[in-house]
Amino acid sequence: MTGQRPTELLPTELLQAPAPTVRGPLRGIYAGNTRSVVARGLQVMARTNWVVVLTGFFEPVFYLLSMGVGLGALIGTVEFYGVDVEYAAYIAPALMAVSAMNGAVYDSTMNVFFKMNFAKLYQQMLSTSLGPLDVALGEILLALFRGLLYACGFMVVTTLMGLNLSWTAVLAIPAALIVAFGFASFGMAITSYMKTFQHLDYVFFLMMPMFLLSATFFPIEVYPQGFQWVIQAMPLWHGVDMIRQLTTGLIQPSIWLHVLYFGVMIVLGLWFTTARLRALFLR
Amino acid sequence: MPAPVIEATGLTKRYGGFTAVDGIDFAIQPGEAFGFLGPNGAGKSTTMRMIAATSTRTSGELSVLGFDPADHGPEIRAQLGIVPQADQLDEELRVIDNLIIYGRYFGLPLPYVKRRAEELLEFAQLTEKRKSRVDGLSGGMKRRLTIARGLINSPKAMLLDEPTTGLDPQARHVLWDRLFRLKEEGTTLVLTTHYMDEAEQLCDRLVVVDKGTIVAEGSPSSLIRQYSTREVLEVRFGSARNEEAAKAIAGIGSRIEVLPDRVLVYDDDGEAAMSAVHERGLSPITSLVRRSSLEDVFLRLTGRSLIE
Repeated sequence: MTGQRPTELLPTELLQAPAPTVRGPLRGIYAGNTRSVVARGLQVMARTNWVVVLTGFFEPVFYLLSMGVGLGALIGTVEFYGVDVEYAAYIAPALMAVSAMNGAVYDSTMNVFFKMNFAKLYQQMLSTSLGPLDVALGEILLALFRGLLYACGFMVVTTLMGLNLSWTAVLAIPAALIVAFGFASFGMAITSYMKTFQHLDYVFFLMMPMFLLSATFFPIEVYPQGFQWVIQAMPLWHGVDMIRQLTTGLIQPSIWLHVLYFGVMIVLGLWFTTARLRALFLR
Repeated sequence: MPAPVIEATGLTKRYGGFTAVDGIDFAIQPGEAFGFLGPNGAGKSTTMRMIAATSTRTSGELSVLGFDPADHGPEIRAQLGIVPQADQLDEELRVIDNLIIYGRYFGLPLPYVKRRAEELLEFAQLTEKRKSRVDGLSGGMKRRLTIARGLINSPKAMLLDEPTTGLDPQARHVLWDRLFRLKEEGTTLVLTTHYMDEAEQLCDRLVVVDKGTIVAEGSPSSLIRQYSTREVLEVRFGSARNEEAAKAIAGIGSRIEVLPDRVLVYDDDGEAAMSAVHERGLSPITSLVRRSSLEDVFLRLTGRSLIE
């Protein structure tokens, strides 16, 4: 029986947990152990969530087949930075940006909401030497990993369909990751304010018009000037235009502006999320 | 005397206008089993969370393992084992993986954590459940797994918030046995409870907390000696007659408490008190002589019973 022999190790064989060595302003909120959060997520993903990952891959593919190939036969070409681009090749990069956004938002809202309020996962993690920034970064990296899978899968499909017009299309994968990072870092902070599943509907209510209107299926020049500015203030438009420049090879100086936009979004989102996790779990 | 593991002076926590913990002082020595005893809402869990650096204090001093929790949360928690009130196990992972992954959160090397997880499963008497899903475990098993998990980093102190609340008597005894072993090995145990018997079983020393303040401190036996008599006579006259009967037996014993369902007569000799009651011509429906417990201490100190 189990109780018969001493089950404990000799003290010399026991390891104390290493003390986190992070110094400076991050001390107390970061332990430099984000990889353990990622490892946990990958283990769970490998066993249970891969079906969800699969469905996320097919969504943009179906859009591409119906709108790009179907509608594209009627539309022909669309002008992009002065060059006529086949319609399917015009919307494919936009769908890639949308799928990066959707994957990141889904992960950082629905999944995070469940882990926060029902599974109490973050309370568990924050009972260890992890800090809120380790948890936030880890969850965001997981969302990115999923985004990476979607992006790579989609890239294979569009390449086979001949919709990538330049070698720079390869860079669309890291670009999709930047887009996903921006959305994921904000999504988690916003989720922290949600109290019921109904609140999640607001997020999807915002994403729908952004998906349909951000130069996804047609150039924004069709809008009046004022409305164009509104669209250009939205993150998805920056994602769409950035990836489209890369897959078509029509790269403009404005691409740096897009990168900067997401850079700022990521930094602000991380700061916001960490502050929220701190407020929720370390109050 | 060695330095205390945890020391608080004037520790206070306010949420808006509500004061959950109101200027408490305590010092917990290494190897000690220290208890916070009090009813729900007394501020026990808040105190535990401040010790674990998952809640920041409003004012006062707090030192945990030599650190200030306000800005050394990860360092402190690296050396603590935390057993929260709700088990909070990772339901998406198997039993063994709950231990391994938790060990990884502490930054411990994987081969070590794997080996240690097996040993802790044995300690928690869960070896047969190694590959089971967590949601299939009984309440007692879940709690033992939570305790095993809290031991993965070989903590200097274990924080146990209501360790046996919601468990059946048999499961409680198994758990107490495990906690005793930890105590024997010199692990500092800090626990909250609203069960008298638990505090008497496990705690070397405890503080009685009520409404955010400490109302008494000492070992279970010294508290009973100080605030109660050796024995207690419990008599029931029926809820309508208790008040009236209490007046009739005034003067018997050193103190009388009237509860809604019974009257308590405090006397070092319970049998003698019972005879005295009968001599006054009263015949209670039921009567019982028992030893004083921490319940009586709490009643004496706060005028209320612990479990309401």
